[in-house]
Amino acid sequence: MSGSATMKRVEVIKESRRPTAWQLLMNNTLAAIGFYLICAVILVAVAAPLLPIPNPDATSLAERFLPFGSPGHLLGTDHLGRDVLARLIWGTQVSLLVGISASVIAAFFGSAIGLVSGYAGGRTDNLMMRGIDMLMAFPYILLALAIVAVLGPGLMNALYAISVVNIPFFARNIRGITIGLSHREFVDAARLSGKGHLSIILTEILPNVLPVIVITMSTTVGWMILETAGLSFLGLGAQPPQADLGSMLGEARTQMFTHPFVATAPGLMVFIIVMSINLLGDGVRDALDPRLRAGALSRPRAVTRIERRDTPTAQPAGGAALNVVELETSFEGTKGPEPAVKGVSFSLSKGECLGLIGESGSGKSVTALSLLGLVASPPGIITGGRVDIDGEDILSMPETKITSYRGGKVAYVFQDPLTTLHPLFTIGDQVAEAIRVHQPVSQTEARAKAVELFKAVRLPDPEQRSSAYPHELSGGQRQRVGIAMALANDPDIIIADEPTTALDVTVQAEILRLLQVLREERGLALLFITHDFGVVAQICDKVAVMRYGKIVEAGATSEVLRNPQHDYTKRLIACVPKPGQGRAFLEGVRALLDREARGRA
Amino acid sequence: MTGYIVKRLFAAIPVLVGLSIIVFLIMAAIPGDPATAILGAFATPENVARINQQLGLDKPLWDQYFIWVGNLLHGDFGRSYILNRPVLDEILERFSATLILAGTSLVICSFLGLLAGIVSAVRQFTWVDRVVTFFVLIGISMPSFFLGLLMIIVFAVQWRLLPPSGMFAAYGGGDLPDLLRHLVLPAATLSVVATGVIARLTRASMLEVLRQDYVRTARAKGLDERTVIYKHAFKAALVSVVPVIGIQAGFVLGGAVYIETVFQWPGIGAMLVKAISTRDILLVQGGVLVVAAAYVFFNLLADVAQSLLDPRLKT
Repeated sequence: MSGSATMKRVEVIKESRRPTAWQLLMNNTLAAIGFYLICAVILVAVAAPLLPIPNPDATSLAERFLPFGSPGHLLGTDHLGRDVLARLIWGTQVSLLVGISASVIAAFFGSAIGLVSGYAGGRTDNLMMRGIDMLMAFPYILLALAIVAVLGPGLMNALYAISVVNIPFFARNIRGITIGLSHREFVDAARLSGKGHLSIILTEILPNVLPVIVITMSTTVGWMILETAGLSFLGLGAQPPQADLGSMLGEARTQMFTHPFVATAPGLMVFIIVMSINLLGDGVRDALDPRLRAGALSRPRAVTRIERRDTPTAQPAGGAALNVVELETSFEGTKGPEPAVKGVSFSLSKGECLGLIGESGSGKSVTALSLLGLVASPPGIITGGRVDIDGEDILSMPETKITSYRGGKVAYVFQDPLTTLHPLFTIGDQVAEAIRVHQPVSQTEARAKAVELFKAVRLPDPEQRSSAYPHELSGGQRQRVGIAMALANDPDIIIADEPTTALDVTVQAEILRLLQVLREERGLALLFITHDFGVVAQICDKVAVMRYGKIVEAGATSEVLRNPQHDYTKRLIACVPKPGQGRAFLEGVRALLDREARGRA
Repeated sequence: MTGYIVKRLFAAIPVLVGLSIIVFLIMAAIPGDPATAILGAFATPENVARINQQLGLDKPLWDQYFIWVGNLLHGDFGRSYILNRPVLDEILERFSATLILAGTSLVICSFLGLLAGIVSAVRQFTWVDRVVTFFVLIGISMPSFFLGLLMIIVFAVQWRLLPPSGMFAAYGGGDLPDLLRHLVLPAATLSVVATGVIARLTRASMLEVLRQDYVRTARAKGLDERTVIYKHAFKAALVSVVPVIGIQAGFVLGGAVYIETVFQWPGIGAMLVKAISTRDILLVQGGVLVVAAAYVFFNLLADVAQSLLDPRLKT
């Protein structure tokens, strides 16, 4: 009975949070199977007194070991002539009851500890969590054994033991959530209104942690049923004549070789119960985890999916190193692909710097990543356009060919070098690896070259630093490493995706100067993505302004700066403060934002 | 690195102290009077007092604890009256058998779990992934004591491929091949659940890591997909899997209780079950303490392994 009540509570919570969670759960075939299976098992177990089955304890020595399918004994009889089916159903009832009770007890005490500990914080929290940590330092089953050793064998004692060893799980989970909640405004408000601590915990915090308690229960109840059955199997739980599934299995073990079926029935039943609870629990978690629904956890492919409706014909762009025509990149949404880049075209010649500027969400980074198919896919799809490098359409090439362009002819510098460098490899190894992908050199040679590159980007102490890990460097140094990696194979084109945004102003200036020098020295074509017109003015020959996935204005930087045509461009330019401008800058920006707001309304 | 290991070793000391306090308190909570148990129900009060004094039971609980720990540190775990031998001797003998079983299982589950998890993540949504997911589900839902029985029926009774129980053959055995033959079924059974847990977690963390910016960087370098997955993504995923392998050591050591009973493996788990039924409290006390300490040690190993993988953790 309490089993079905638990289920119902899970549903209620899901439905009140997200109306589609229940449908999602039922759409998940496996979760639905689990749900119906466990419901069926619970139903049969609850209905045991009403079913036309013999008394499970009635022995009949004349009818020992009747085979499967005997008249009156559908599943046969055991070594005392007792009906296996009847014992199975009654045993299931006991096992479910014990497992679910253990889970309720563990949830009650564990949640109480978690709530108090998380709410009180400080020394109380510290002390309680140390105790919980101690309990968790024991192998789970061993602690249960120790408790049974003290209390003596018996079903109730097994139940207590299993409850106690599960308390830490609840205490930890609930404490985590409670700590977050106890600093929230509504709790402060309740405190100010003069509510007592107990009342705050029960009326303000408990309702908010209830879903977590239910989810933790749904994921641990299977284990608890399994473990109590295990203790009974060892002879430490249910004592004859009382029988749960575990003790049935334990008793039947002695006749395992001659009459395996007597043991198989209870074993299979435990398996079915635990599996259906696991299926249901996984389903509940998946349904409540929005990331899984968005497909965020599906594996990204090596190259973005390319599904172009039509390929524009090549336009002769004389001498352009990079020529992008009508590029369209979309993201899979609930209602089909939604374009984020809507037909972007630009070209970039050797030695030239093009600034692609726009606010976050304008599609500029997606554009940059699309050029070599680096947009995470799923959900990204390149749905149209072409990207010509030296007159060849990249997007028509086989994947291995596209990969060979990466870091070779075309290199990327990314925004936040702390997340874009691998945290577990030294910077020297990471740059050397980039070299060895494209050049047939030994590891030692590659390491030496890496040090050369570090010198070129003016990383201090290049020899020493090359065996440092990214977290041991400053932000500016990390970005120098990022640039060194991009230079590793003498690329023709560097695509720099907001390379200075994560850095402070002085470091930003140094990095920009470095890029400028390198560009002149090596004749690089530079595609520079930024949201800062100041940066564009400093280093770019040309600029393209992006908004809502489209280029709204493009031209020579000086031209655009002097005479911006589009309102949005003006706004971006106004966002660059000028020396000596003072508060007038804020006034100017505010006027633009006000106009924008009115325009949208 | 050595500094880190030493630091971790010292950090394990309070945990061990905590474990010993808990074990001591649990055993102190056992109802009944040891003196009466030794002398019988008709003991005179003087004799009871004398025994209590001998056993140190007239002293405050704290003193008793310190005496007990002092004895432990001298290798004196007490004497098992039922087996009539020192507890430590029995435990050491049994524990080596458990370590062989649990250690083998830990190697199996780490290897298979990682392998299945990676393959499943890399071939996400293909039939390989579905097969792995299916077996993982069965593995983590199957009661190990039932699976053990099935293994015996199929491999030992029906097909007669492997011995059904024990650690060595009764006659003519005792060498390594004999041990290995006896080890296959229990070790395989014991590693099933842990394999499932590790496979599941490896799959999830691989999928998580493959979304990270630095994996995109690896791709932007022009690395082939194999290097991206097996070098860049796997190393990062391993950092979050290794501590869970440490936790699985606990499940394997604990699960040995069932497996040793089913396969009559002469380890510490089977000893504990028997000792609980015979109320051989000193044996239970010592056994629980040793296994728990072993678990702390395995977790320590996992910590050190993790810090070897992740340079950010060393400081």
